[in-house]
Formats: sequence, structure tokens, C-alpha cells
Amino acid sequence: MSEEPVDVLIIGAGASGAAMSWSLADTRMHIVCLEQGGLMNPLTYPSTSRDWETRAQGEFAINPNQRNLPTDYPINEDESPIKVANFNGVGGGTVLYAGHYPRFHPSDFKVKSLDGIAEDWPISYDDLAPFYGENDRMTGVAGLAGDPAYPQDNAHRLPPLPLGKSGQILAKGYNKLGWHWWPSDTAIITEDYDGRAKCINLGACGSGCAQGAKGSADVTYWPHALRAGVELRTHCRVREVTIGKDGMATGAVYYDGNGDEQVIKSHIVVMASNGVGTPRLLLNSKSPQFPDGLANSSGLVGKNLMFHPYASIQGVFNELTDGFAGPHKAIRSQQFYETDPSRDFVRGYTMEIQRGMPPVRTAHTGMRLGRIPWGDDHHSAFRRLYNHVTGMVAVCEDLPEEHNRVTLDPHLKDGNGIPAPKINYTLSDNSRKMLDHGVARATEILEAAGATDVMSEAPISWGGWHLMGTARMGLDPAKSVVNEWGRSHDVKNLFIIDGSVFVTSAGVNPTSTIQALALYIADQMKSRLSNLFD
Amino acid sequence: MNDPDNPIERPFTVEEKHALSLLMDMVIPPSKTYGVPGAGDTLILNTIINDAGRRTPRLMDALAALEEMSQEGCGVGFAELPVEQRGSIVNAFREAHPGVANLIANLATQCYYRDDRVMIALDMETRPPHPEGYVVEQGDWSLLNPVRKRAAFYRKLDQPSS
Repeated sequence: MSEEPVDVLIIGAGASGAAMSWSLADTRMHIVCLEQGGLMNPLTYPSTSRDWETRAQGEFAINPNQRNLPTDYPINEDESPIKVANFNGVGGGTVLYAGHYPRFHPSDFKVKSLDGIAEDWPISYDDLAPFYGENDRMTGVAGLAGDPAYPQDNAHRLPPLPLGKSGQILAKGYNKLGWHWWPSDTAIITEDYDGRAKCINLGACGSGCAQGAKGSADVTYWPHALRAGVELRTHCRVREVTIGKDGMATGAVYYDGNGDEQVIKSHIVVMASNGVGTPRLLLNSKSPQFPDGLANSSGLVGKNLMFHPYASIQGVFNELTDGFAGPHKAIRSQQFYETDPSRDFVRGYTMEIQRGMPPVRTAHTGMRLGRIPWGDDHHSAFRRLYNHVTGMVAVCEDLPEEHNRVTLDPHLKDGNGIPAPKINYTLSDNSRKMLDHGVARATEILEAAGATDVMSEAPISWGGWHLMGTARMGLDPAKSVVNEWGRSHDVKNLFIIDGSVFVTSAGVNPTSTIQALALYIADQMKSRLSNLFD
Repeated sequence: MNDPDNPIERPFTVEEKHALSLLMDMVIPPSKTYGVPGAGDTLILNTIINDAGRRTPRLMDALAALEEMSQEGCGVGFAELPVEQRGSIVNAFREAHPGVANLIANLATQCYYRDDRVMIALDMETRPPHPEGYVVEQGDWSLLNPVRKRAAFYRKLDQPSS
């Protein structure tokens, strides 16, 4: 296909690509977004069928190697104790996320100044605050103002998710210990909002929300972006970003849904393919000018990969919990969020409560953790757990380390022959200590709340939900890949807007910050259009 | 054993189905106490076989391994073993092949707990979550009162670690 250059090419239609597309649309530029997956149809999501838990482990599994759909690319994660979670389709990972939507804390942007570790971000909480607010309005966020763990804000919030039986059990435990908890900021609407119907407690948020109440980017930003004229091309898998003789990006080569190679030319290229997909494409975009991959003069493309190591701590109670009904997240605790020198680790973590488990997951978890046997005692053991479990996860801040990285696998390729990413990751001593602390404190809470048994796993091996740090932002081109407004130091019309640009990971889910950053970078671009490439 | 790169695509034989039924009943046996069938029940077994999909070759390999262990250890096939000896063989198999044993347990549970008879016995509604959804009580928000009284404790930027 031969066509005139477009103004902006965005690669990836997930959380960041959707927000950027919508924000730039008011410029009336010709914006094209390429997405390797398809447009989602919520009426086909697992929760619409009886075998929903099976489908959630099959075509809607969070791990691409397990899902193994034609729209997925394989990932060599043999050398990582934490496996990647993602989704390839319009909406990206937000199709499967739980919708937990906290902001970073002000301290998260200044970890070097405050704690002498890692690097400071080149921007602050105050820089992002207006974009957090704009993002909340676009997404629809349930929550409650006044959390003493955060600076006060005037964000628009819908009423909080119900506490339910599970929330009450755990709130009593926190209160007994005098520890902080608060209703979660969650991208799930509790009132009809922006043409979307409110949550009806399907309890299957993690495999796509058939109700459309969960704020996945396909139902929040994309309808607005498409109405504003953004062109979205699905089933288009980018192989590489192309470069001109002047060292500027000229567009991309991609494979369309028929597997035919296509070339698209663009004046601006925006990478929005997540913390694994973006470095993969940059490393695969080699040229005489950029023999080590595009935008990689620092050598940091793919390095400093951060997950959030997760611990899962679940209590068994005599009283009934909510089981699987309702959104997974209702409350959070940030009692142990900020650095405390009396502990043997720096930084901290958020505790997010998990309401309960559906039957198959109850059985799987119980069997995996030795609580439910094979044989005659299966039934009584299952009934001790089913609708009697609630607990939490500890979301631990991961620190950047260069040896944790994404590279190109020399052998493994996707369906179009593009090299697959390979993950090398080791859990740091700091993370291990933080996980142990989280398990111990959560056990105290569960016991204070009346748990008769506590089950834990740390780290959760399948829990690589958050992909960050592999093309970080910074002022110094020797120590970062993009500048403080997302533009590549090396290629002046190449922008990166996904979790790759995170300098540190904080101890909260990143989607709210990823989208606020995308809006911030879009705003910077719009304010600099006359001299964007200077 | 199947070559994982070129798995054999064939239906289960009658003998394999019988052995699979016995095996699944060892994961989740029928119970008179709870009024439920076992995972080896004909209807549930058919669901398991349908759901196995690309995991079918691994399941067939597991049955072949059980048969071999049974023949070598006891001189008869898995299906002909007395119940106690069958249990010993399965325990040895689980120890030697934990990955496949997990697969078997996962298949058993994912099909078992969506069977109408099992769901009714657990007081579950026999329907998918959507479109009716569920009711979750609001709960007692006065529990938040002590936290509301707490002073802000997020870390200020001019505040070293305390």
C-alpha cells in the first residue's frame, strides 16, 4: 500500500495509545493507530457463558504464551520467576486488568533525593496532577476523597465500590491494629457514566467486563477518539520503525491482517506498546544510524525492567465472605507505603484487598497450596474454603536494575517472523524482604480479623501485570531514553508514552499514571507543535 | 509418548476413557454425603474431554504412563487394579509428574464446578454471571470513621524517611 504520510502514527491501542489518540485528536491532525489485536466485543467475554472460569484460563488468560492467540506474540520468560501478563487488542492490558486505579505519591517521583536510590523522575506529582484529574474524568473512577495517605485533590469520583462482607471483615482487622485502609480508587463505574451502564457485580473483571462498567480503554477513550476522527487499524502488527537518512523516524513497516507487508509513513511516531513490546520494537529497528536499535545511544532500551512483585495472602474465615461476586478490589491499605528506616528494605507497598474466589479458582488455589486434597476429603476441604476466603495482595515497589531486561530472542519468533522478546529478571534482595514483610503484616491483619487459616504465595509467579522502566525518561541522554516530555533523545520525532518511560515503579498499579503521562506528553506536544523537533 | 511438536490428533479410545474416568474420580470422587457425582461421571468426563483441546496429547501420555507404571509394578492394567493399589500408583505418578498431575487436577475442577448438579449442591445459581450480575451489600461505612480522623501521613518532599 502506498499512501501519503500521516501526521501521527501511534503503535498500540492500549491504555496509553488510547489516551494519546484522544488527546491529540483536537489538533485535527491525521492520526493513525496500529493495533496488532482486534476490536473487542464485550458480549463475547467469558462472563456471558457458563464455562467462564475455563475461558478465563484459555483465550482470555493473562499470559500470552498460555493464551497463544494469533494476535499474540510469544515471550521467552524462562529466565524470569515472574511471568508476563498482557493482552493484545484494542484496550490492551486494560481489557483484563482489575481496574485498580491509584495515583503515585509525590515521594514516588523523588526516590533518589529522598532515599538515595535509583533516579528521580524529571517531572513531579504536581506536573501530572491535572492529567490524573483529566484521566479520571475520561475513565470514570469510583472512590472517596479524603484519604490521609494522599495529598488532597478535587478529582471527580463516583461513589465507592461496596465494602461487602469481605471488606467489612478486613476493615475490622485493620481497625483492630490501628492501621490505615481506605476505599480504593477503581476504574469501575458505580453509577451510569458517559453512556456506560454501572457495575452489576459480575465478579469476572479479570477476563473482560461484559457490562462495560470497567474502564478499559476500548470503552473509555476509544469511542471518543474515533468520533473525533482518529483512524484505528486493527490486526496490524508492526515489525519496525523506519528511519530516514536524516536520522528522523519516517514511519513503520507492519503486517496487515492478511499477513501482507505494508509501509506507513508518518511525520511523528509514538510508541505505545507497553514495557515489553516497545523495547522489542525499538531493538528490532536497527539501521546503519542505529545499529544497536532505535533510540538506544544510552544502551538502556530494554534495561531496568520492573514488575511489581506481588504477594498473595488469603485468610479462611468461619463467616461467609462475598465469594466471587463484585469487583475484586474494594479497599486498599498504604500503612507500609513510604520508606521506614526501621525496616530492612527501602520503599514500600500497597495492600489491595481481594474480595473472594469463584469455585474453580478456589479449588485450584486450595490444591496448589495444599489445602484441598485429591480423594475423599476433597469435598469437605473445598467447602471449608468456598465463600469463606478473603485476603489481599501486597503490591511491592520494584527498583530499577539494569540486569533485569528485555532483549530479542535469537530463535523465538511470532507468527509474522518477528523476533520475540526475551525476559531476564531476578528478584532483588530488597523485593524479597518487602514481600516477606507484606506476608507477615497481612497475616497479622487476617488473624486480627478472625482468620482460622492463612495461605500465602510470594512472589505470585504469574503476576507480571505491570511492565515498566525499559525506556526511561530523564534529563541526561546518557542515563535515559526519552526526555522529560517523552521525546527520544536520539530521534526528535519519536515519542514513547507507555510504562517503558517509568523511572521507578512506585508501589501501586501503574495504569492511572501511564494514562496521565500519555495525556501530559500529548499536552506537551500540542504546546510545542511549532518547534516540536527542535 | 507424544512428540510435543507433532501431537497425535485422535479421539480417546474406550479403554482410555475408562481409565480417565477412574483417574478423575480419584481427584474428585462421588459423595453421598454431599449428594454430588465424581469428576469421572459420564457427563463431566465428556466435558473434560471436550475442554482438553490442545492438552489432549499430554492427557493421553499421562494415561499411558499410568498404565505402564501399573503393568510394571503390579502386573495388571491401571483399570484392573484394586482401589488401594490404584491409589498408590496415582500417588507415585503425581510425585514423578507434578506438572501433568496439576493439569489433570485443573481439568477436573474446571469442568466439575460448572456441572448443574454440583452447582446446585453448592447453592449456586446455574447461570453465567452476565447479564443478571449479583448483589453485594454496601457494608458498614462507619468502620471508616477512625481512619477519617487520622492526620495526613503521606511523605512530603522535604521530609527525610522518618
